[in-house]
Amino acid sequence: MAEKKKTNIILFSGDYDKTMAAYIIANGAAAYDHDVTIFHTFWGLNALRKDEKLQPKKSFMEKMFGKMMPRGANNMPLSKMQFLGMGPKMIKSVMKKHNVMPLPDLIDMAKEQDVTLLACTMTMDLLGLKKEELLDDIEYGGVAAYIAEGEDGAINLFI
Amino acid sequence: MDINKTLDAKGLACPMPIVKTKKAIEDIDSGQILEVVATDAGAKSDLTAWCKSSGHELVDMNEDDGVFTFYIKKG
Repeated sequence: MAEKKKTNIILFSGDYDKTMAAYIIANGAAAYDHDVTIFHTFWGLNALRKDEKLQPKKSFMEKMFGKMMPRGANNMPLSKMQFLGMGPKMIKSVMKKHNVMPLPDLIDMAKEQDVTLLACTMTMDLLGLKKEELLDDIEYGGVAAYIAEGEDGAINLFI
Repeated sequence: MDINKTLDAKGLACPMPIVKTKKAIEDIDSGQILEVVATDAGAKSDLTAWCKSSGHELVDMNEDDGVFTFYIKKG
């Protein structure tokens, strides 16, 4: 069999809608039999946060960041029409009506399809996110890990 | 045409029809036919492109009142 093509997505955004786009593309590419990697950096790390409240040992600044950022994919804001939290409620109800998979399900589906979820360790340090706060079965790396995947990627996206 | 497996993807939105089709085609043998029924308007271009790229053959397709039926021969 021919070597698999690769799709690599850098997820920088912490918005619900942009993250949905990233995960829809990732799932589609996995269905195309690509090796798919999503490299989560900066606000994109929030998609990997567990939604339960965890209290790992943190500095004051890290605690503040932790409080101000959404805990997990389901709590992320929209990039447009946030309306103090009404926007996400509205879009989720419309999605349900149109039978579109909610973001947490898209993430589960991606894992099921062996999409590699990679967390950027440098930005984890910056934002004070600890491994125990992020989903299990993900990988950790830096820019070199992304380049290694990206250099022979058929599709490379920055979202 | 002998149909070896049918996938009901009615009501499912992008990207699920393609994700489910990929899973379903793994269950049949090369040369066998998978029937996919979908209502997503994008499914027509999606499945056509997917077949072309993954080495399967879209043998036939029809549309009836917003319901698309595809017959895919596994490559």
